[in-house]
Amino acid sequence: MARVVTRDWAVPLIHFENVGLRYGMGPEILRDLTFDIPRRSFQFLTGPSGAGKTTLLRLLFLSLKPTRGLIRMFDRNISSIPREEFPMLRRRVGIVFQDFRLLDHLTTYENVALPLRVRGKEESSYRSDVLELLKWVGLGERLNVLPPVLSGGEKQRAAIARALIDRPEILLADEPTGNVDPPMARRLLNLFMELNRLGTAVVIATHDLSLMDQVEARRMILSQGRLDIYE
Amino acid sequence: MRVRPTGPIVPSANVSGNALMCVIAIMSFLACLTLGGVSMVRATAQSWQSQISREITIQIKPDDNLDMERALADARDLALTFSGTTGGTIIDRAATARLLEPWLGGGLDLNELPVPRLVVVTIDESNPPDFAAMRKALTETIPQAFLDDHRTWVDRLVAMASTTTMIGTGVLVLVFSAMVLTVVFATRGALSGNRHIVEVLHFVGAEASFVAAEFQKHFLRISLKGAGAGGLLAALSFALASFWQSQTLATPETDQATALFGTFAIGYTGYLGIFAIIVVIALLTTLTARLTVMRTIYEIDLIRSDPGRTDTFQG
Repeated sequence: MARVVTRDWAVPLIHFENVGLRYGMGPEILRDLTFDIPRRSFQFLTGPSGAGKTTLLRLLFLSLKPTRGLIRMFDRNISSIPREEFPMLRRRVGIVFQDFRLLDHLTTYENVALPLRVRGKEESSYRSDVLELLKWVGLGERLNVLPPVLSGGEKQRAAIARALIDRPEILLADEPTGNVDPPMARRLLNLFMELNRLGTAVVIATHDLSLMDQVEARRMILSQGRLDIYE
Repeated sequence: MRVRPTGPIVPSANVSGNALMCVIAIMSFLACLTLGGVSMVRATAQSWQSQISREITIQIKPDDNLDMERALADARDLALTFSGTTGGTIIDRAATARLLEPWLGGGLDLNELPVPRLVVVTIDESNPPDFAAMRKALTETIPQAFLDDHRTWVDRLVAMASTTTMIGTGVLVLVFSAMVLTVVFATRGALSGNRHIVEVLHFVGAEASFVAAEFQKHFLRISLKGAGAGGLLAALSFALASFWQSQTLATPETDQATALFGTFAIGYTGYLGIFAIIVVIALLTTLTARLTVMRTIYEIDLIRSDPGRTDTFQG
């Protein structure tokens, strides 16, 4: 069945209101977060180590439930969405992990095609799209290579390509330049900006100040569980 | 550049199936043996029952005022007047003496002992006579006569066959339960060993049913191989036993075995039953694996997403 996505451009992709989160009986990791992720926006999520960036990304990816507060994604209150519908919502979000999370027994091509495969699409229907995207991220010659053979930068690009293959409405990237040298970091950043120009909202979690200085973009700074936003 | 043929999302090597395959083969073998054993006992009981119910016996107790030979003849004639009887034989003195020889010894003079005499009446199994009416008529004509339609023995045989069937069904249920539990453990083990794959599938938006399908493919293959091997071994065992029995006819061992168990042949229905067990085991294994995967994924998802649960899966 075709996915019907209605887009009201005024409605943000994601809306947080007084969101708080604590693990177990511990202190609140995130406190009173209220913000929007507008469509087609580009932002950095930053803060010191342990500030809760990864936790916030997990909230954004529906992988964690808030202890309190309201989260709306794609104009729906997530607390009222049945669990069975979560995979469908996750398909509208692309995520890139710091540790890539590529499957070592699948080739670069198969890893990138994985999201389409789990959607039940025939290989013949997506082969050209995957090949084109791999060329775009500079992995056109590494199609049949297994991840253990890829360099850090190649793995990162493969992980990004996997997150982008089904044209998500928002891309979340956790320390996407954490494992690469500065020139590669610059190339990856250009990739994200190009993607943003094509209409995808981008959230990059990083504590790399030099990376952020390269782009004039919204900054969301997490500190001691609170969020400050600099437009 | 050419792309290699797409590999499986869950590699076969990641599902350690050899031990599970052996367990399923053993369970399948036991299930098939049980099924074959039960069908053999039922067939033997049916054959006994059929032999017993082909004839009835009229027993006449001796009495001072009774002319035994005449009473025997009257009883036979009376029995033959009922429709459903096909013949009547009076067990003569010599035959009666032979019957009693194991207990009373040879050279027996029946005139000196008050020994009851028998008339064996053969009946049409498909259209048996009215036993109650025959019993009434016999008692009115010859008060010393007693009609034995062997109902007690038939009832006992039927009860024995039913008990055997119940025991067999119980064993099958136990075997299937043990197998389901084994598959549950194996599936959980496989999931645990492939957690990284499940996580990635989760993040790329896979539904639980898709992940379950990826795992159940492996379990279907493992169970088909295991159940097939076990079923084949059981079928071979029956075929060999049947062959041995046919080759050693009329030896004391075979006679004893045949008297106890009947023939070892299980017929085409038995082999169909073995095939059915293979199919049932394969389906049961696949379904168990699917449900276990879906349940485990649901649990993982639930725990992972709950910040109040700091026990596991938080990362």
